[in-house]
Amino acid sequence: MPRRNDIHRILIIGSGPIVIGQACEFDYSGTQACKALRADGYEVILMNSNPATIMTDPDLADRTYIEPLTVEYAEEVIRRERPDALLSTVGGQTGLNLSVELAERGILDRYGVELIGAKLEAIKKAEDRLLFKDAMRKIGLEVPQSRLLTSVEEGLEFAAKIGYPLILRPSFTLGGTGGGIAYNREDLIEILQRGLDLSPVHEVLAEESVLGWKEFELEVMRDLAGNAIIVCSIENFDPMGVHTGDSITVAPAQTLTDREYQMMRDGALAVLREIGVDTGGSNVQFAINPENGRMVVVEMNPRVSRSSALASKATGFPIAKIAAKLAVGYRLDEIRNDITRVTPACFEPTIDYVVVKIPRWQFEKFPGAEPVLTTQMKSVGEVMAIGRTFRQALNKGLRALETGKASSPAVLREDLITQKLITPNPDRLSYIRFAFERGYTVDDVYEMTKIDPWFLRQIDEGVRYEKQLEGRELATITAAEMKQAKRDGLSDARLARLWNTTAEAVRARRKELGVAAVFNRVDTCAAEFESFTPYLYSSYEDECEADPDNRRKVMILGSGPNRIGQGIEFDYCCVHAAFALRDFGVESIMVNCNPETVSTDYDTSDRLYFEPLTLEEVLNIYDREKPDGVIIQFGGQTPLNLALPLKRAGVPILGTDPESIDLAEDRKLFGRVLDELGIPAPPYGTATSVEEAVAVARRLGFPVLVRPSYVLGGRAMVIAYEEDTVRRYMQEATLYAPDRPVLIDRFLEDAVEVDVDAISDGEDVLIGGIMEHIEEAGIHSGDSSCVLPPQSLSDGVLSVIQDYTVRLARALRVRGLMNVQYAIKDGQVFVLEVNPRASRTVPYVSKATGVRLPKVAVGIMLGQKLKDLAHLTGGRASGVLPVKQVCVKSPVFPFSKFPGVDPALGPEMRSTGEVMGVGENFGEAFGKAQLSAGVPLPSEGMIFFSVNDRHKSEAVQLARRLAALGFQLAATRGTAAAFRAAGLAVKTVFKVNEGRPNAVDLIKDGRLKLVVYTTTGAHSFSDERAIRRSAVTWRVPCITTIAGARAAVDAIESRLRDPLRVWNLQQMHA
Amino acid sequence: MSRPAILALEDGTVFHGVAFGAEAVRTGEVVFNTAITGYQEVFTDPSYTGQIVVLTYPHIGNYGANESDSEAERPYIEGLVVRDFNVTPSNWRARMTADEFLRRDGIPVISGVDARALVRKIRTQGAMRGALSTAGHSAEELIEMARRTPPMAGLDLASRVTTAQRYEWTQPLEPCSPSEHVSLQPLGSFRVVAYDFGIKRNILRCLASIGARVTVVPASTPAEDVLALKPDGVFLSNGPGDPEPLTGPVAEIRKLIGRVPIFGICLGHQLLGLALGGRTFKLKFGHHGINHPVLNYRTNRVEITVQNHGFAVDPDSLNAREVELTHVNLNDQTLEGLRHRSLPLFCVQYHPEAAAGPHDSRYLFEDFAALMKEFHQ
Repeated sequence: MPRRNDIHRILIIGSGPIVIGQACEFDYSGTQACKALRADGYEVILMNSNPATIMTDPDLADRTYIEPLTVEYAEEVIRRERPDALLSTVGGQTGLNLSVELAERGILDRYGVELIGAKLEAIKKAEDRLLFKDAMRKIGLEVPQSRLLTSVEEGLEFAAKIGYPLILRPSFTLGGTGGGIAYNREDLIEILQRGLDLSPVHEVLAEESVLGWKEFELEVMRDLAGNAIIVCSIENFDPMGVHTGDSITVAPAQTLTDREYQMMRDGALAVLREIGVDTGGSNVQFAINPENGRMVVVEMNPRVSRSSALASKATGFPIAKIAAKLAVGYRLDEIRNDITRVTPACFEPTIDYVVVKIPRWQFEKFPGAEPVLTTQMKSVGEVMAIGRTFRQALNKGLRALETGKASSPAVLREDLITQKLITPNPDRLSYIRFAFERGYTVDDVYEMTKIDPWFLRQIDEGVRYEKQLEGRELATITAAEMKQAKRDGLSDARLARLWNTTAEAVRARRKELGVAAVFNRVDTCAAEFESFTPYLYSSYEDECEADPDNRRKVMILGSGPNRIGQGIEFDYCCVHAAFALRDFGVESIMVNCNPETVSTDYDTSDRLYFEPLTLEEVLNIYDREKPDGVIIQFGGQTPLNLALPLKRAGVPILGTDPESIDLAEDRKLFGRVLDELGIPAPPYGTATSVEEAVAVARRLGFPVLVRPSYVLGGRAMVIAYEEDTVRRYMQEATLYAPDRPVLIDRFLEDAVEVDVDAISDGEDVLIGGIMEHIEEAGIHSGDSSCVLPPQSLSDGVLSVIQDYTVRLARALRVRGLMNVQYAIKDGQVFVLEVNPRASRTVPYVSKATGVRLPKVAVGIMLGQKLKDLAHLTGGRASGVLPVKQVCVKSPVFPFSKFPGVDPALGPEMRSTGEVMGVGENFGEAFGKAQLSAGVPLPSEGMIFFSVNDRHKSEAVQLARRLAALGFQLAATRGTAAAFRAAGLAVKTVFKVNEGRPNAVDLIKDGRLKLVVYTTTGAHSFSDERAIRRSAVTWRVPCITTIAGARAAVDAIESRLRDPLRVWNLQQMHA
Repeated sequence: MSRPAILALEDGTVFHGVAFGAEAVRTGEVVFNTAITGYQEVFTDPSYTGQIVVLTYPHIGNYGANESDSEAERPYIEGLVVRDFNVTPSNWRARMTADEFLRRDGIPVISGVDARALVRKIRTQGAMRGALSTAGHSAEELIEMARRTPPMAGLDLASRVTTAQRYEWTQPLEPCSPSEHVSLQPLGSFRVVAYDFGIKRNILRCLASIGARVTVVPASTPAEDVLALKPDGVFLSNGPGDPEPLTGPVAEIRKLIGRVPIFGICLGHQLLGLALGGRTFKLKFGHHGINHPVLNYRTNRVEITVQNHGFAVDPDSLNAREVELTHVNLNDQTLEGLRHRSLPLFCVQYHPEAAAGPHDSRYLFEDFAALMKEFHQ
C-alpha cells in the first residue's frame, strides 16, 4: 500500500498563534509534515495565522497563506486552491477543530476535498466525551464515571450521586481551558458556569475523581494496513489532577511491570482501532490506581500532540513526519528509520537513558492569578533533559529552565511545606527537596503528594547525597567522587555552592581529574544498530560518541524554554541560522533544550546537542566540537547572558561583539554613545535604593518608566504616575536583584512607538522594517499591534529614523541583526532602546518583506558584506525593504486562563504569541489580525465606551463613525455625556459600583459586542477591572487603548466595505 | 558500604562497578537485551542459560519482583550487568526487591557500568565471553576465566535445563490486575505434549488458555513415547544455545513430522528447521529485545515481536517446494517463521507468548489449535 497517486495537492492547517496549551510543538509537526509531503512530490498548501513559525516560511510550502483560521477564510483558500486533501492532524486542536467545521459544514464535500490523517467520524468519536465513553465500554476498557453536562442543575444532580471532588472539562477547548476540580458545591457552580460558556458546544464533562492515581501516556502510530506501534511511554511525575502539560513527565514509564505495561499497550492499540484512527499518531492517556492496578482510560488525541513532540525528541522517532507519510498511504514498514538507515520505521523505539520534561510557569506576570496547578494548563513553556539516570536528567532539566532560582532554600518557608506539598503548584518540586532536607520521610511526602515513591526516593537520595558532599574541600575530591557527582547530574555551579568555591574552580579541578563530559547518541534502538545522526546529549559515562569532524562549523545557541517575551520567534531565527549555514556550506551545530521546537529536530541542523543552555554545558560542547564560531544573537536573552562569559573563556563569538551588546544594555555607557551621536532619548537616571529612585523620579518629573537594567519581555516594568508606585517597585526590585541598578526614564505619554529591525555589516545598514505600533508608547512592544509599512509617520520622521538607525548600527559596530525602539512625540524621534541582536519581530518582518533576515545576518557573521548578499535582499544593501501589502502583527493574550487578572495592557509583556493579518489597507489587515488573535470585531450591535477625559474627543469621532455604520452606542455616564453633547444617541450604562443593570450585566447578557475601556493612567480601579475581566470571560472583544479603538473602527469599516480575500506569501513576494 | 564488582571480557576489556545480588563469580556469553520492561521475565527465562545479560535500560529493579512474573522456578541468567540497579522498588505487585530475587539464587549483579559502551562493543565485535565477579576476583583472573569459558556454538545447554520428570500443566493465563484482559480463549479440548528444552511458563499458560492439557516431557523423550500419549499436537519449546548439538531431539522430531501437528518456538523452530533438512548459523550478537518488527507474509501485517536467540535458520538451506517461509525479520531479513506446505507443522523464531513483550503474535496459539482441529478431522 504505497504512496497514494490519486491525490496531488494537500492543504495543511496550522495551529495559529502560540497560546498556553498550543505552542511550538505544532510548528514542529507542521514543518515536518510539509517537508515530508513535499519530499514525496506532493504540492503543499499551508494555512496558518502565525508568522513566527518556520512552517509559514515560503520555502516550506508551495503556497503559504498567513490568514485567519476561520471557516470563511479557509473556504476562500480552498476555493482558490482546490486541494485534493486536507491533512487535519498536525495543526493541534485548532487545526483539528477547523477541519471538523469545514467537513461538517459541507465545504470539503462541495470542493471535493478528502480529509486525511483522521476521518471525521474518528475525530468525533475521540473528542465527543459520550461517544468516547461508549467506544471504550465496547472494547472493555474502563473510563472514570462521568456525565456530560449542559447546565449547572445537571451538575448538582450528578454531584449528589457520585460525590466530590469532581473533575470538570469543557468540551473542545485548548489545553483544558475552563476546566477545574470542584471540591464542593460552590466550586462546582463557578467552574461549571465558566466551562459551559467557554466550550464552543456549551458542554462540560463532569468526571469521577481519580486524583492521586498514577498517570501515563502512550504515543501510538498506526497505518492503513493496521500495523501499529508504541513510540514511547511517558509517566507523569505528578499524579492525576494536574494537566499533563503542567506535569513533570518522564520517559519511559518507570514504575510499571511488563504485565501492566503490556496491558496498557493492548489498551492503547484497541483504542486506536475502535476510534478508527487509521493513519498517523495519537496519544492515549491512562490512570492507574497505585493500590490495585485498576486502569482507566483518561482521554485520547486523534492527532499529533504536545506529547508527540516530546516523544519524538525523547526517542529520535519523528512522529509528525511519519504521520504525514502514513496519511498519504504509506505503511510503517515502507518508511525507513533515518537514524539507523537499515531498519524500518515499523518498530518500537527503545531507549537507554531517561528523559524528563519540566514545565515553565510565569504566574509572576499575572498578579491576581492563584499559582495553583489544576486540570487547566497554565505553563507557558517547557524544557526536556536527557540523562543516563533519572536524577541526572532531572537536575539537567532544572537548570535548563533558567528560572534563576536554582533551588536556593532561602525562598522556601518551612511553615508552607504541608500546603505546598498537598496543593500542586509551580514550586512543589523545590518544596519536596526542602521537605527532605528538613527530615521528612518518603512516606510523609507520599502521603501529601501521591507522587510515586520511586520518584520521591530518587529525590530523597539526591538530597542525602548532596548533604554528604557538602562542606568538602575541593582539593580533597577524588576523580571517582567527582565523576559520581557529575553522574548524579550536579552542575559545577551547584558543586561550587556545596564546596564553598566557584564554578570555575570546580571546572578546573574536574578537568585536572580527567572528569569530562562525554556525549551519547539518541538512536531509537539503545545502540543495537549504528546511528548515522549526531543527535547527542551529555553524560559522564566512559565512552564519547560525539565523533566530531573537521569541517568548517558554527554552533548556534538556541533560546531554551518558551516564556513570555522569548518564544518561537527566536527559534525561527535559530532554525534559519542552521538552514543558512547549510546554504553557505558550513556545518551547523544546534544547542537547545526545548522539545517543542523545530530547532531540536535532528534534521534541522547537521548536529544537535539536546542540552541546557548553561555556561558549563555549552563549554562542554565547545570543548568537544571546537567550532569556528558561535552564534549567540539569535536565541533571545538566553544566549546573550552567556556571551561575555563565553568570550572570556576564549570562545569565538560571531557577529556583533558581546561587549557592544553589553554596552547597549548598560544605560550609562549607552547614554554616552547617544550623547556623542546627538541622538535624543527620554531623560533617565539609575538608582539602587528607594530614596535614590524617588529623587531621580522627582528630577525627571512624573510619569516615569521604572524597570530593571536587564530587560526580558518587560519583566517587572511599571509606569509610575506618583511616588508611591516608585517606592513599592523599588522595595520589590531590591529584594529580587539587590546588585542590579534600576532604570528610571521619563515616560513619554501618548507617543507613537516604532520598532526597527535592521542588518548591518559594520558599514552598510539595511533596514528590514519600520514598524509603527498601534498602541501608544508605554504598552510593551511585544503586546502592541504593529503595522508594516508605517501608516501615519511623516517622511521627515521616517528619514530621521533611518538616519538614527544607520548611525547607531555603525556606532555599536553591529555585525548582524539589530533592533531599535523609538518613540515619536510631537514629531520628535527619541531612542528608547537598542538591542544589537535578533528581535521578536524578525520573523514577522521576514514574512512581510520576503527577505529572510536571519539568513542575511548569518552571511554577514561568516564575513560577507551586504553588497555580496544582495541576491538575498532583493538587490538592496541599504535603505528600507519594501512591503507590498499592509501587514499587521497582533499579540495574543492568555487572560482567559488566569481568572481574576486584569487584561489591561501595560509595560509588562503578557502576550504568549502573535498573528499576522494581510490586507490591501490597514483596516483590512488589522481586522484579520484581530480575528486571528481571537478578537473578532462585530459588524453590528451595541458598542460600549468608557474612556478617560484625555480620550473623550477622539472617542466621539470613533463613535460617530460607528453610528454611521449602524452600530448602537452605550457608555458610562461621563463618556455618554460627551457623546450626547456631540449629538450622538447613546445608552447610559451604570458602572459596577453605581447600580444595576451595569456594564457587567450587559456583557453577560450578550448585549455588548465590543468594549472600549481605556485606563485612567495610574493604576486600574476595581470597577474597570471587573468590566474588562467580564469581557474576557464572556468573550467580548475588549480594547483598552484609544489607539487600539481607532484601529478597530478602521477594521470594522473595512470588513463592511472590502471583499473577503486572501494572499499567499509566494504571490506577495513574486 | 558498596562492594566492588568487575566484569571482564575475553578481549581484555574490564568494567568496574558496584556489586549487588549474590557474592559470586560467573562466566558466560555476554549478550544485551534492549527491553525497557520485563527484567524479571528475562532473569527467569531458561534460554539465557550460559549467558551474562546486559540490560540496556539504565534503571533496573524499579518495580521489584513478584511471584507471578517468573518464567521458570528460578533465575537462569548467569549474571546481570546494568547501569543503575534499584533496590527500593515501587509497585503494588512487588513482593521483594530485584536484588533479593537474584541473591536468593546466587546470581551476581554489577551496577554502575556504562552499559551502552559495552553494547556498542558487542555490536561491533560480536557476542563475547565474559566473567563477572562480586567476590573480589582480580581483573586478570576474570579475563582468564572469560577466555576459558567454552563458546556457545556446539554447546548442548538444553539437556542441562530440561525437566528431569514428565509433568502436567493446566494453569491458563490469569489477569494480573482488575483491568487486564486475557486475549486467548479456549478453542477446544486438546492434549499437547511439550518438549522442554528450557520452556517458558508463559508458553504453557498460553497453551492451557486455548484449551490444552499439556504434558511437559524431557528433551530426550523418544518420539514413540510422545505418540503413545496420543497427543493432538506436539509443542517444541524455546531453549538456550546452539541447536546443532541437539542431534537426538532432531532425530525424534523428524519421526514426529507428519504424524502429529507440531508447533515450535525459538529453539523449537531451529530444531524443526534442522529436522526438515535445513542448517542453522550463529548471529553476530543475536536478537534480544521486545521491539523487533516481523512481517507475516500470509497476512502482510507487521508484528512487534519478542526475540531471544543467538542462532538462526538459514532460509536458503530449506527446500522451498516443501517449506513455506511465513515470517521475516524486517531489521535484518533473517527468517522468523516457516510452515510445511503439506504437513501439519509451523514454527516461529520469536516468542508469541511474549512475557516480557507485546502480545501482537498470540494468534499463533490459536493457529495451533486450528491446526490440531483440522488434523483431527
